[in-house]
Amino acid sequence: MPDTLVALYVFVLACFIGYFVIWGVTPALHTPLVALTNAISGIVIVGALLVAGAESAGTAAEIIGFFAVLLASINVFGGFLVTNRMLAMFKKKDKK
Amino acid sequence: MEISANTQALVYLVSAILFIFALKGLTHPSTARRGNYYGMAGMALAVGATLLGNEVQSYGFIIAGVVAGAVIGTLLASRVQMTAMPQLVAALHSFVGMAAVLVALGTYMNKAQAGLLNPVLMGELSAGIVIGAITFSGSVIAFGKLQGLISGAPVVFKGQHMLNAGLAVATIALAIVFGLTENVWALVLMTLLAFVLGFTLIIPIGGADMPVIISMLNSYSGWAAAATGFTLENNLLIIVGALVGFSGAILSFIMCRAMNRSIINVVFGGFGGASEAGPSAVAQAAEKGVKAASVEDAIYWMEDANRVIVIPGYGMAVAQAQHALKELLELLEARGVEVKFAIHPVAGRMPGHMNVLLAEADIPYDHVFEMDEINPEFATTDVALVVGANDVTNPAAKTDPSSPIYGMPILDVAKAHNVYVIKRSMRPGYSGVENLLYYQDNCSLIFGDAKDVCEGMVTVLKGGGH
Repeated sequence: MPDTLVALYVFVLACFIGYFVIWGVTPALHTPLVALTNAISGIVIVGALLVAGAESAGTAAEIIGFFAVLLASINVFGGFLVTNRMLAMFKKKDKK
Repeated sequence: MEISANTQALVYLVSAILFIFALKGLTHPSTARRGNYYGMAGMALAVGATLLGNEVQSYGFIIAGVVAGAVIGTLLASRVQMTAMPQLVAALHSFVGMAAVLVALGTYMNKAQAGLLNPVLMGELSAGIVIGAITFSGSVIAFGKLQGLISGAPVVFKGQHMLNAGLAVATIALAIVFGLTENVWALVLMTLLAFVLGFTLIIPIGGADMPVIISMLNSYSGWAAAATGFTLENNLLIIVGALVGFSGAILSFIMCRAMNRSIINVVFGGFGGASEAGPSAVAQAAEKGVKAASVEDAIYWMEDANRVIVIPGYGMAVAQAQHALKELLELLEARGVEVKFAIHPVAGRMPGHMNVLLAEADIPYDHVFEMDEINPEFATTDVALVVGANDVTNPAAKTDPSSPIYGMPILDVAKAHNVYVIKRSMRPGYSGVENLLYYQDNCSLIFGDAKDVCEGMVTVLKGGGH
C-alpha cells in the first residue's frame, strides 16, 4: 500500500476517534475544549521544525520556518496555559 | 543524541494517544485539568522526538522561534480577560492557519531544492495552503468583529455568493495548474486568492453567529494541520488534525442545532439586523405595554422564594455582572433559597462562554445547568432572573410560526411564576426579533446595566431585604 493511502487510513480512523471522543465532552467545558484543541493544533510546530531545521533549507526557507515555529509555539504555549487557567476556575461547591 | 525514524514514529504514537486522553479528560470538570497535562506531555514528546530526529540539522532559527513564541504565548494566556476569550481563540486560530501556510511554502522550497516534487505532494501542499489561508484571514475577520474593530453586523452585498463560488473555483483551478506544471506563479496566486476567500466567507456573518464561526474556524485549523500531515507524511499531524477538525465540526453542529439553523444557512445567511415586521402576536402584545419593576420588587419575590433560576447571556459578559451574581447567589442561599443557573448552548460569543465566566466568579459548576436539564424546572420556579439574555428566552420560538426564530430551542423562562429581566433598553436581541416574553403578565423589566442592577440587589439583601 502506498504511503499516501496509509495516511488516508490513519486520517479516516482518527476522524472516528474524534467523533466519539468529542461527543463525550460536557457542554460546560466547550470553551476549554476550543482552547485545548487550539493548543493541540499547534502540532503544526512539528512541520515548522522540519522546515526550519532541514539540511537543504536555504535562507528563505529558514526565515519562513522561523515564523512558522514562532506562530505555532505561540499557539502551543498560549493554548495550553489559557486552558489550564480556565480549568482551574471550575470548582465544585465546598472545595474552596 | 539522535533517534532513529522508527523510534521517532513510536514516540509520535504515544503522543497521539496522550492527545486523545487530553480530549477525553474534558468529559468532566474533575478530570479536565489532568487531561490538559496529558496534552502538554503529548506536545513535549512530539517536539522532542522531532528535534532529535535526523531531519532537523540546524537549531538557531528554531530556538529563537520557540523562545519568542513561548514568551508571547505565555503573556497572552496570562493577561487575557475571561470575557475576551473569544478574541484570543480567534487570534490563536489565525496563527495555526498562518503557520500551516508557511510550513507548506517552506516544505515546497525545501523539496523543490532537493528535486522531490511530485503531483500528489503538490496537491497536498495546495490543500494545506488553501485551508490554512482561509483559516487565517477568516479568523482575522472574526477577531476584528469580536474585538469591535470592525462592525459585528453582517456585511451582505449583491453577488456575494457568486463571488465566493468564483473565488473557490479559481483557487482550485490554480491548485490543479500548480500540481501539473510546477508553476510558481500559480502557487502564489492560489495562496493570495485563498486569503481573499477566507475574508469574503466570514465578513457576511453577523456577531450573534460567532459561536458557530469560532467552532468552524476551530475545525478548519484542524483540517489545516491534517493537510500539513499529508504533505509531510506525518501520521501524528494527520491524527491530531482529524481530532481537532472533528471537534470543531461537532461544535458547529451543536451550535447550529441550538439555533435551529443549518450550517449552510449560517455560512451563507447574513442573519441578524434586518427585522421582519409581521402582523404577529408581538404587535398585539406591544399595545399592552411592558411592566417596569424596581430592584426592590424583584428582591421582594426572590428573598422568600424556594427556587430562583438565573439566565445569563451576552449582556452579563459585557457588563461583567458575574461577580455580583456570585454575591447574590451567596446571600440568597444564606436565606435558604435554591439558586440555579441556566445556560443556553449559544449564550455568549463562543461555545461554553457563560460557563467559563460563571466559573471565573467562583460560582460552583454544580449550580450550572444545560438547557435540557433545567427546562422542566421552570414551571415550579418562583423567580427567573434573566441577566442580559434575550432571543434564547423568547417564547415566540415555540408559539409564533411567522417568527424568524421559530423552531429554535429556548429556555422555558416564560413558565416561571415570576420573571425579571435586566435590560438596558427595549432594543431587540441580535436576531432583531421582539421578545414576546416581555409582554407576558408574569414578566417585569428592570432597566439598567446588568452589573449595577445585580449590585443593587446585593445591597438591598445586605440591608436586611425588602
